[in-house]
Amino acid sequence: MEITTQKLIHAFGSLADLGQEVADTGDFSEMVRTSLHLLLGTLALRRGGVVECAIDGSLDCVATWGLEERLGAEFSISELEKTAFLNGGPLAFSLENRASTNEFLDRYRAILKDQSIQLVMPMVVRGDLSGFVMLGGKASGEDFSVEDFETIRAMVRHIGVGIHTHRLLEKLARRAEENRRLYEELRAIYRDTVKAFAAAIDIKDKYTQGHSERVGRYSEIIAREMGWSEEEVEGIQIAGYLHDIGKLVVDRDIINAPYHINAKQSSELNRHPNAGYEILSPINHPYADIPLMAKYHHERLDGRGYPDGLTDEQIPLGAKIVSLADSFDAMTTDRPYRRRRSFEDVVMDLRQNTGTQFDRNVVVAFARALLKEVNGESKERRIVKMLGKGYLDGEQVVTLLTDLIAELEVVKESQAASS
Amino acid sequence: MEISSSSAVRSHCVGTTAVVYASDYLNKLTGEKIERECRRQLDSGCRALVIDFSDTQLVNSIGISILLGIIDIAEKNAARVVFSDVNSQTVELFEMLGLTRHVVLARNEEEALSSLSSFVPPTWPTLH
Repeated sequence: MEITTQKLIHAFGSLADLGQEVADTGDFSEMVRTSLHLLLGTLALRRGGVVECAIDGSLDCVATWGLEERLGAEFSISELEKTAFLNGGPLAFSLENRASTNEFLDRYRAILKDQSIQLVMPMVVRGDLSGFVMLGGKASGEDFSVEDFETIRAMVRHIGVGIHTHRLLEKLARRAEENRRLYEELRAIYRDTVKAFAAAIDIKDKYTQGHSERVGRYSEIIAREMGWSEEEVEGIQIAGYLHDIGKLVVDRDIINAPYHINAKQSSELNRHPNAGYEILSPINHPYADIPLMAKYHHERLDGRGYPDGLTDEQIPLGAKIVSLADSFDAMTTDRPYRRRRSFEDVVMDLRQNTGTQFDRNVVVAFARALLKEVNGESKERRIVKMLGKGYLDGEQVVTLLTDLIAELEVVKESQAASS
Repeated sequence: MEISSSSAVRSHCVGTTAVVYASDYLNKLTGEKIERECRRQLDSGCRALVIDFSDTQLVNSIGISILLGIIDIAEKNAARVVFSDVNSQTVELFEMLGLTRHVVLARNEEEALSSLSSFVPPTWPTLH
């Protein structure tokens, strides 16, 4: 085979490998180092280095082979010198060419020659100098031919594009990260605003201060126990915070009545789910169905709830969760007309009303989450803390919860078997 | 005779000469392993390297670059390098690229080892 053909085949194979290498967006340093190896191996050059050029003219040596590792790191290049590189022909980059008017090369000629560098080839991407490749002599001892210059130029262009692409991707990743951070900040602002709203709702009712926030937390705990995603858990927490927002339009005297309210007052109070829906609907929430959860948190599985009298499958699961959280907090906190109920009473209520008022899976999830806290299986004792010191004391708490879960699971299994 | 295998590269020592076996395809992955093994052998006192290519079908550009690096390191350590059992296609490549100016080619490992006793290290071409 003719030498020229053989060289061409060898260079062609290298170019193919180089194309693959620069397209790899993984490890940047490895990509540049391998690309340099490919270039050196194509013409059997003994040494070389890749220097990247920053906008401010500072240079960074990103890969070397057979040279001092940081060669070029102390170099700098002016705009005028960049132009000289952009406009120069192949001979302008040869350190052997004393007639060259490239001031950059003149300034560093001694250092470069000391490292046996013979050629400094610019990396030009979209008309900008993005850096250059420093190359030592050929192992054959021959001078660089015109074909060699062309091969080097093509491969250096590839390396330049690879570096440029990588930097672009880095910039994109930085921007994406910045956007993600901004989005997180916005979400935090949203959450804080919602919490402030929740506090405003609860201030109106002097007997249920902290109710909305507790319902938010109970809802979050239940949803997490049911295996919801973090995004969904955040959404249900917000729904819990806002579920009573409609009470803002209900007369304060009805909300704060220290006795059982009459039918007219009750009808007025029962407006709050629809009012909440109307308040929340025009808002573009970052989570799904928050207005619906507020609207349906007083619906019951047996259709005896309000405002729409929906039945089991018509009620969104989120609303079922908020409903249980709301009722549980109502039962376990003092009200104007009664003291809070004992835990035994509450469990009895849940047992009696599961399947008619409360969803079985939701009750089981809540009971499991509470049992984990009581048993010390979960580090955070959030429900226990919300219920206050002394409320869950006594050995019967574990038995009550275990029995409740077992009973509801049996019913669930028998229902599944019969269906 | 000491036989060792670091990072799946076969090698053994004959006196102060290390014989390192290249794999079937000398590319980045295998080339770097050979380079590491050659460095290790030189660091542990070897004064000559025989790189055996009897299993090697193909050497790509990165392989060439790494071999040049090994020659460079050997030169800095005043060690001699012989390539043995190189197939004809690879010999053509080494000749075309000028590697044969810096290493001796031997038909096999035995010839490589015996050539080292009367070996005069090559000098690199003048670069300036």
